[in-house]
Amino acid sequence: MSSARLQVPPRIVQGDVFKLRLLVNHPMDSGFLRDIDGVLIQRNVIRHLLCTLNGREVFRVEPTTGVAANPLFEFYLRATESGEMLFRWVDDKAYIGELRHHLVVEPANASKPTSN
Amino acid sequence: MRLFACRLYLGVVLAGLVFSLPLQAQQRIIALDKLQSGLNFSGAEVQSLQADEFANPGNIALDNGNKLWAKPDGNSNKSCQSCHGELTRMKGVSIRYPAIDKASGKLFNLEDRIRNCRVKNQKAPEWAFESDELLAVSLAITSASRGLPLQANIEGAAKSHFENGQRIFMTRQGQMNLACTNCHDQHYGQKLFTDPLSQGQANGYPLYRIDWQKVASLERRLRFCYTGVKAEIPSWGHSDMRDISLYLMWRGQGLPVEAPAVRK
Repeated sequence: MSSARLQVPPRIVQGDVFKLRLLVNHPMDSGFLRDIDGVLIQRNVIRHLLCTLNGREVFRVEPTTGVAANPLFEFYLRATESGEMLFRWVDDKAYIGELRHHLVVEPANASKPTSN
Repeated sequence: MRLFACRLYLGVVLAGLVFSLPLQAQQRIIALDKLQSGLNFSGAEVQSLQADEFANPGNIALDNGNKLWAKPDGNSNKSCQSCHGELTRMKGVSIRYPAIDKASGKLFNLEDRIRNCRVKNQKAPEWAFESDELLAVSLAITSASRGLPLQANIEGAAKSHFENGQRIFMTRQGQMNLACTNCHDQHYGQKLFTDPLSQGQANGYPLYRIDWQKVASLERRLRFCYTGVKAEIPSWGHSDMRDISLYLMWRGQGLPVEAPAVRK
């Protein structure tokens, strides 16, 4: 239930705009479907997903029943600083999921190719 | 006169033999070089989702399966790994299922084998058919054989199962009065409403179905086909379902295993 996968580029240089992809394992039950035995499945979707970098909000989404199971969130950030990324999401059952990632941003001048 | 009747009778018997021979033989309706994975009949979006190592939603179940493989459970306090070793050692296992279980003489698919091993050797509570855990482990074992060609054995004790599977595949049933062969041999590539009909190949199972938003076994897919032709669905784990699976694996012989596969 709690698992999620995060994809960031292997190397991020300061000033870069880079893509983040977060795949969250969640059933996203809309509350309209029935299971194999015909019993209505209670609505259970992620209500709120927040991403912070060093405690500062950088991305937030509030999905509803229109989002399919195992949602994939894709967004872009401009690399400014290294630090702790924290993804936190809450669903209708008040379950709280978390994913931490240590973001490493290389200084811009180090990215210049050495000439010789 | 009597001789004539006898001759006529013999003739009829012989003619019957000749005409029934093609049905008895292991004749391929779709030639081996014409086989196509269901992926070829899927849209570009589905194909790119399957190819995407990160976003492929089957990966979540696969991760879970890898964890379960190494997790001790039950009264034996052993994990799958304690006896079978690393998952990579399962390479080449899934391609020969369904296969005859020596102990019971029944035809087991991979999920049956896992369930059986879990209760008998691991001494752990049974996993229900189509439970997330069962499918996760099944997917993990299948993915160890990724890219290998299907190679079901239909000789020996499996032969009668194969023949029964072939018979069901060729037999019209349900309110729609359709046999599997009517769609998947005779009309693949054409459209059923808006969907292209596939050959009904089983090389991707267990796979992630976007429609169901989770990983599904071949048995669940077959049950869905039964619903489609409005036929009575056999109970979970019914031997007919295993027999059809065996026929499908033989029919798709040589197709590479896709894991985790994605279908619409």
